[in-house]
Amino acid sequence: MTTTPVLRATGIRKQFFGVEVLHDISIEVRAGTVHGLVGENGAGKSTLMKIIAGVHRRDGGQLRIDGQVVDFSHPVDAGRAGVATVFQEFNLLPDRTVAQNVFLGREPRKRGLVDVATMRTRTQALLDDLDVEGITPDAKVGWLTVAEQQIVEIIKALSVDAHVISMDEPTAALSEKEVAVLYRIIETLKSKGVAIIYVSHRLQEVFDLCDTITVLKDGALVTSQPTDEMDQAGLVRAMVGRPISTFFPEREAGTQIGATVLSVTGGGNEQLDDIGLDLRAGEILGLAGLQGSGRSELLSAVFGAEPFTRGAVRLDDEPVRITTARHGVRRGLALVTEDRKGTGLVLAQSVIDNALLAIRSVFPSRTSGMRAKIPEILQSLEVISRDADQEVRALSGGNQQKVVLAKWLATSPRVVLLDEPTRGIDVGAKVAVYKLIRSLARRGVAIILVSSELPEVLGMSDRVLVMSDGRIAGELPPSSTEEEVLALATGTENQVVGDDARAVGDR
Amino acid sequence: MKTHLRRLDTTALVYLALVGVLIISAVLVATTGRSFFSPGNIRDILTGMSVLGFVAIGQTLVILGASLDLSVPYVMSLASLVAAQTMNGNDAMVLPAVLLTLVVTACIGLANGLIVTVLGVHGFVATLGVGLMLKGYLDTNYQGTEGSVPWSFQLFGATGIGPVPISTIVMLALAGLVGFILVRTRFGHHLFAVGGNSEVARLSGVRQRLPLIGAHIGSSVCAGLAGLLLASRLGVGSPTVGSQGSYDLLSIAAVVLGGTVLMGGRGSIWGTIGGVAIFAVLDNLMSVMQFNPFLKDVIRGLVIIIAVALYARRRVIARRIRFIRSPTGPIIAAGSEPNGLEPNGLEPNRSEADISEAAGAHNGTGPVLDQESAPDQESASGHRSAPDHERSQG
Repeated sequence: MTTTPVLRATGIRKQFFGVEVLHDISIEVRAGTVHGLVGENGAGKSTLMKIIAGVHRRDGGQLRIDGQVVDFSHPVDAGRAGVATVFQEFNLLPDRTVAQNVFLGREPRKRGLVDVATMRTRTQALLDDLDVEGITPDAKVGWLTVAEQQIVEIIKALSVDAHVISMDEPTAALSEKEVAVLYRIIETLKSKGVAIIYVSHRLQEVFDLCDTITVLKDGALVTSQPTDEMDQAGLVRAMVGRPISTFFPEREAGTQIGATVLSVTGGGNEQLDDIGLDLRAGEILGLAGLQGSGRSELLSAVFGAEPFTRGAVRLDDEPVRITTARHGVRRGLALVTEDRKGTGLVLAQSVIDNALLAIRSVFPSRTSGMRAKIPEILQSLEVISRDADQEVRALSGGNQQKVVLAKWLATSPRVVLLDEPTRGIDVGAKVAVYKLIRSLARRGVAIILVSSELPEVLGMSDRVLVMSDGRIAGELPPSSTEEEVLALATGTENQVVGDDARAVGDR
Repeated sequence: MKTHLRRLDTTALVYLALVGVLIISAVLVATTGRSFFSPGNIRDILTGMSVLGFVAIGQTLVILGASLDLSVPYVMSLASLVAAQTMNGNDAMVLPAVLLTLVVTACIGLANGLIVTVLGVHGFVATLGVGLMLKGYLDTNYQGTEGSVPWSFQLFGATGIGPVPISTIVMLALAGLVGFILVRTRFGHHLFAVGGNSEVARLSGVRQRLPLIGAHIGSSVCAGLAGLLLASRLGVGSPTVGSQGSYDLLSIAAVVLGGTVLMGGRGSIWGTIGGVAIFAVLDNLMSVMQFNPFLKDVIRGLVIIIAVALYARRRVIARRIRFIRSPTGPIIAAGSEPNGLEPNGLEPNRSEADISEAAGAHNGTGPVLDQESAPDQESASGHRSAPDHERSQG
């Protein structure tokens, strides 16, 4: 491990529309180390990363790579200087192959033609370099898992021979097991002397991986020091500017677990099998499992969006068949989807229109009455928007999520299904979501909570169901450890990554 | 078998459909006591393919780049007039006339491409506008056919090697060339990238405008070639020859029938040729069987819709099925690994409506999380909104 700073930023400033969003930020990133960048949403992490990556131009300050002052006007300039970025939203084309994606924009040529063979062998070499198995250069990226796509992104970064790689929330979409693969790759990169800038909302990861942690708040640098001089509580305090005594709020007084509201027996469809669960009023049922284990499918099946084709569902001890989302909403179900922007909100519509979306279409007669109450709901959720007519596109992630929640609260649901409700939102908004969940429970609403963050599932739930490969692998009390959950989630199944043809052959 | 079919490449499926249509046609024609595969009939089918083939090759380029070209019929008409008037029955003028036609059409393509890329007008609107301008020009300046094409040039449309017309050979050669360009040149790779997701292309250092401008030039030149072929067949230039054949929509239909996704980034030239062939065979069948001409259009329309519905279905079930129902109880059908397609389960509205990219696009954009504050996002030059837009095939 060397101590030369590969990248040194001094006094970086950036304005958007006359508003300064980065004030005088200076960081140093050394070869062979991981530099963590943390802060709440809007703190300026992504902006700083984009300046380093050449997506944005800085308005002030200096950026030096290997001691040379650089001024990138395009990500490609940054790439030439050895700076590569793994963006938060994947920059991959699902219909193209791994090799085509890795060399996009830099296709090797021979006699004027794209040298397909070289592209393939060099991609394979990069994959081998990281000991990645199960990805072939000719595989279509759209068929890969999220984790594999992440690896393709990293390979793409390495293919420009980057010595600084910045990663924006690389684990946001990964399951714990896939995160382990990423950890290993980051270690490999470190040992090759690559400097890594690592942005994450998951504080544990930052402590696990990073050698130095820089905290940003409101576009300014709060602190930047070696990881071993920091602790988690101090970090949170630095990020939010106030101590968060209890991350997960306690159950509200007066919460009672009542009669069974929803029960599923022997439920199954193409993705699920033999699902049995009981959900009581006022109960928070956690649903853990690896990504792809069928958690989201289970919520969709209960909600009716992708209904069960086998088994029985009972609501209030009455057999029901919920086959469309509309049915589900009518029956008092609400599903907060994982993909807020894709399936939770109409981005180009106003806050109020989004909040009224479900009730308007399913209970038109109740709309006008509810319209009057929406501002109150939005206020209770502490949605920060210019006014209720603002487009939700312009809101921050946390506020968008609150609008989604408002949309469902307006329908007065009895069962609320939450799929990754706190993904990608800042600590403050997370706590607001937790409090809302608690208060719903007190009001007798039954809740199923899916999350990839095990502390969240364990911290919030009354019971935890663990899913594995489309089935429920077992039930655990909330006092269980993360290891116990993971053992159930991974089971004895050795999950392979690769083409399904092989998996079919194995069986 | 069923799962096997699903895994088949779309292009392979197009040719499978073509074989099916051929068999049905052969049987039907045989019932009337004639032979579908007689040299004369094969020549008819291939002749029917060549004009639409030229146009559709160009249209494929544009559609791969997530644009459209509605100006093709007028470009064809203009090309036929430019060629016929320049030649004016003079053998010596054939080559200059062809070159002039190609230059003129390339300029129209360049204009289309610049309007789409520089002015940021969607291809649908841009080429509709350019097409209207060309139509106006043609309508005001030409009352009927003009110019004349010398016999030597008429041979281009009239001769063949055995039952195979020269024009079809040229068209197939062009398809081969364009197919090669798509696979083996940077232009091709970048066209796919820009069509698939232009923001991804930009951040990867692709100059987004060039491939799209190139595709529009290619499309207009292909339409120009089709116009030349029509002029050679008619012996004159005609201001309405393109619009009469409604080559704009027919070429788009052929491209889509060939499995190219209307929103760009996915497809192939050979699929398009397969689509053109299916149309040609159907047309031929219906004229041989003396179908009502109205019914002809109904069947064409049905074929397009059924085909695209099939592709859509394939894309939706591209998700791996974990459990299938069987009389003996549930058994495990296919792979167990987390396939990354999970988020699809959460897309009630998409799984119905978004037919093409349910699996693929989602993986690309699923984990889009909003991390930063509003001004930050807005400034990201549309970065966030780009992957959000629906990519559907219909």
